Amino acid sequence: MKTHRNAELGLLAFVMVLVAAYGATVEANRIGEITPTFWVPAALLSVLFLGLHVVVRFTAPYADPVLIPAVALINGLGVGFLRRLDIGDALSEKLPVPGIFAGIGGRQLAWTLGSLVLAAVLLLVVRDHKVVSRYAYTLGLVGIVLVMIPAVLPSSLSEVNGAKLWIKLGGFSIQPGEFAKLALVSFFAYYLVRKREVLSLASKRFVGIDFPRGRDLGPVVTVWLLSLLVLVFEKDLGTALLYFGLFVVTLYVATERASWLIIGLLLFFGGVYLAYLLGASVGGPFANFYDRAQVWLDPFALSNYERNGGSYQLVQSLLSLGTGGLFGSGPGAGSPRFVPEVQTDFIFAGMGEEIGLFGLAALLVVYLLIVERGLRAGLGVRDSFGKLVAGGLAFTLGLQVFVILGGITGLIPLTGQTTPFLSAGGSSLMANWLLIAMLLRISNAARGPANSGGGSDRPGPGPKKAPTQLHGAMTEVIQP
Amino acid sequence: MNAPLRRAGVVILVLFGLLFANLNWVQAYKADEYRTNDFNRRVVVAQYERPRGVIEAGGKGLAQNQVTEDALKYLRVYPKKEIYAPVLGYRPVSLAATGIEASENDFLSGESDKLFADRVKDMFTGNNTGGGNIVLSLNTKAQETAYKELLNNERNVKKGAAVAIDPRTGAVQAMVSIPSYDPNPLVSHNEKSAAAAYNKLLKDDDQPLLNRATQETLPPGSTMKVIISAAALSSGQYTQQTEIPAGSSYSESGAVIRNAEDEVCPGSQISLKEALTESCNTGFAKLGVKLGRDKVVEMAKAFGFEDDKLTVGNLTGSGLPVAASHTGDIANPDGSVDKGALAQSSIGQRDVRMTAIQGAMIAATVANGGKQMRPYLVEKELSPDRRTIYTASPKVARTPISDTVAGDLKDMMVSVVENGTGKKAKISGYTVGGKTGTAQNAVGADPHGWFIGFAYNDKGEPISAVCVMLENVSGGHASAEAARISGLIMKAVAGGGGD
Repeated sequence: MKTHRNAELGLLAFVMVLVAAYGATVEANRIGEITPTFWVPAALLSVLFLGLHVVVRFTAPYADPVLIPAVALINGLGVGFLRRLDIGDALSEKLPVPGIFAGIGGRQLAWTLGSLVLAAVLLLVVRDHKVVSRYAYTLGLVGIVLVMIPAVLPSSLSEVNGAKLWIKLGGFSIQPGEFAKLALVSFFAYYLVRKREVLSLASKRFVGIDFPRGRDLGPVVTVWLLSLLVLVFEKDLGTALLYFGLFVVTLYVATERASWLIIGLLLFFGGVYLAYLLGASVGGPFANFYDRAQVWLDPFALSNYERNGGSYQLVQSLLSLGTGGLFGSGPGAGSPRFVPEVQTDFIFAGMGEEIGLFGLAALLVVYLLIVERGLRAGLGVRDSFGKLVAGGLAFTLGLQVFVILGGITGLIPLTGQTTPFLSAGGSSLMANWLLIAMLLRISNAARGPANSGGGSDRPGPGPKKAPTQLHGAMTEVIQP
Repeated sequence: MNAPLRRAGVVILVLFGLLFANLNWVQAYKADEYRTNDFNRRVVVAQYERPRGVIEAGGKGLAQNQVTEDALKYLRVYPKKEIYAPVLGYRPVSLAATGIEASENDFLSGESDKLFADRVKDMFTGNNTGGGNIVLSLNTKAQETAYKELLNNERNVKKGAAVAIDPRTGAVQAMVSIPSYDPNPLVSHNEKSAAAAYNKLLKDDDQPLLNRATQETLPPGSTMKVIISAAALSSGQYTQQTEIPAGSSYSESGAVIRNAEDEVCPGSQISLKEALTESCNTGFAKLGVKLGRDKVVEMAKAFGFEDDKLTVGNLTGSGLPVAASHTGDIANPDGSVDKGALAQSSIGQRDVRMTAIQGAMIAATVANGGKQMRPYLVEKELSPDRRTIYTASPKVARTPISDTVAGDLKDMMVSVVENGTGKKAKISGYTVGGKTGTAQNAVGADPHGWFIGFAYNDKGEPISAVCVMLENVSGGHASAEAARISGLIMKAVAGGGGD
């Protein structure tokens, strides 16, 4: 059975060449010349990713070879764009070109190192994804606490741009929600594997769909209420949509009952619409959501544009994207600083001015590739827990990309999510690299020999390998 | 569990499809609209990438550029500040531009089709040569004299305007409005301070942003008598010497007309020329009623009243808009002629309203033998490398009176300055004519003082026609100060080379 590790190495080399070429174009457009050190950030990133590659070779040899290069491309372009902002800022202040480790680009480079170390540690420690299910309740508790912390903290410690998603301590801030989604996926997967039979029991059949028993609605209603509380108290539709979507999809995958999807969608959009109506009439905690919906409906209205916390950000994002057009101005040749929060929430809009519709479409395809590869790991792995974790994580990643990119392009109301692997910031980068490490671990089980970890449901023609000591005979850890 | 997992994959595919479709909407379909949207700061920055053309007059730069260190590369500078502000206007970063800066914006910014060849050349040479330059017809000496004299007038008047026109061409020699404003803070690259400066001017009760020479209409008082005289002379039934009925007071349909002072035309008859020289109210009120509403209104229209399309700027394009002057209805509710109103309108009261530039155009028409030239401000358009692209070729706008009538009117108006109410406008070495006006406006308020007039040099060429208007002049003889300032403006034109 082939490991495809050399293919991974080759792809990695290819994407690092792309990252280096991006850096060179930025320098040519912004500084007017390509400096002799243009390749250094790409080379440093190459060393880091090479390190992870080596760890994967030893700990997850059968892991999907596309995941790391695809994520490395986005991560590398993110570092390149942040460095481009540093260069632009320095030049407009008449300062010399900043060093490679200076500014937000340098910090992102450091965060990448930290994230890759975390991912490697996860791969080294968790040799079998099923081990995680032992700590499911602990993880569930941790997840809920992480989600709730910003909501209960005073705004001064948790609010950024109207969304309470942060814990701010001194100059340091983290977004606990980014880590919470990992913990919650693990908990949901464990819980649903245990309860799947009960939850798939049908009582009534209505227009060809089996609906669950009323008394089994408890968990879904609980999570729905929690996510609406998030919507109202953290003032963030995106996060609410993320958690609720995550739960409903794992529920659907576990039970194979489409009725759960329908109930979930009706509950969520009903809740959102109710919040909108309450915001219009009652105000109070619902007013923020109503405001955002107004801004989304007509961003170019002067009353929305000039209002504090109005549509200014969205409008500048749209104008930046529109200015880019089909081909963009070229890396380094745009004016991303006209877009507020361009290094975090709006990084996609800032890049869109420079790489155009074609560049963004390519980025979307890379994201899609990562998500579909994650789902594929779920398809391939044999145990239910692995399927739910891989499917849940991959789906969450895709949903998060949809929520933030949909928000900054005016498709859905804007919410304060980070763009995975692209936005400046350690929380997001670390959490998402941990997510990738988990997917690598599960895909290793899916693609490896049948008795190594979870096993494969494909009839592999290759020779079976002897089971390693950590991957014992444990095929079903879930207790009734 | 694999079937729902695959379906989840399809859901992601659909969501990404939506993202992609929406990106096409934003970046392809809406791209042009967003690229040029008013909220798009890149549009503003691009406008400051090349230097804007200079506006100049008499070899002096009036609107120039200063290289900056910020993202907007050039700062607009108006070295003469208040003096030229009503004409030049200003061109701010985000507010609306005004004046010549607005009307000639395409040429100044370099976007005009006339500069297409220069832009193509730039594309090959890689230079950014900047916009085209505008040369104004203003006589800097006359303009600066007009501003200084208006601002430091002897009656401490706060508001007023002055216009001087070359009667032969229509070239505007001076255009001043007080109080004026310094345009420099309005074009600051710090948009907050620019907006604050603008709001402060906007709140000022004296309306410094208003160009009183072109935009404000006020009762013209006795300057209206020039139009009544023109109507009388044009009718063929009157000469300068024709005796017209006068008297110390005249009552018509409830309106009572008196003279400014008892010694003015107390007798029952006075010649037309004398009536104008002394500014006999009763005589002109009776004359207007005798001529009838139609003749009065038509003559006013022939001189340019009721024209709301006039712009002063480029003869082939746009310019500063000029408010229409009006004679008013002069009618009873049933539409018949209100003779009382006609009597009052004939001496420039009641509902008659006139702009300062209209006053100057009346005087210029008389001085130019009855031919009214269309006034203009833009003398030349120069390419970035100062090739002449356009030179104003004067246009006759209307011919309200014949050469003969104009000659008679000229004699009568010269008599006003030599022997009558306009003596303060005299300039030695020049033949000056004109007409004063003192307009009552509101009960208890001081009257407005007007003077319209012209000056001929020793070769008999009309070198300048002016109008000075001062609002609410205290201390009596409101028009005397206007006449004095008019004389000084024309003297400045004459001294500055005359032509």
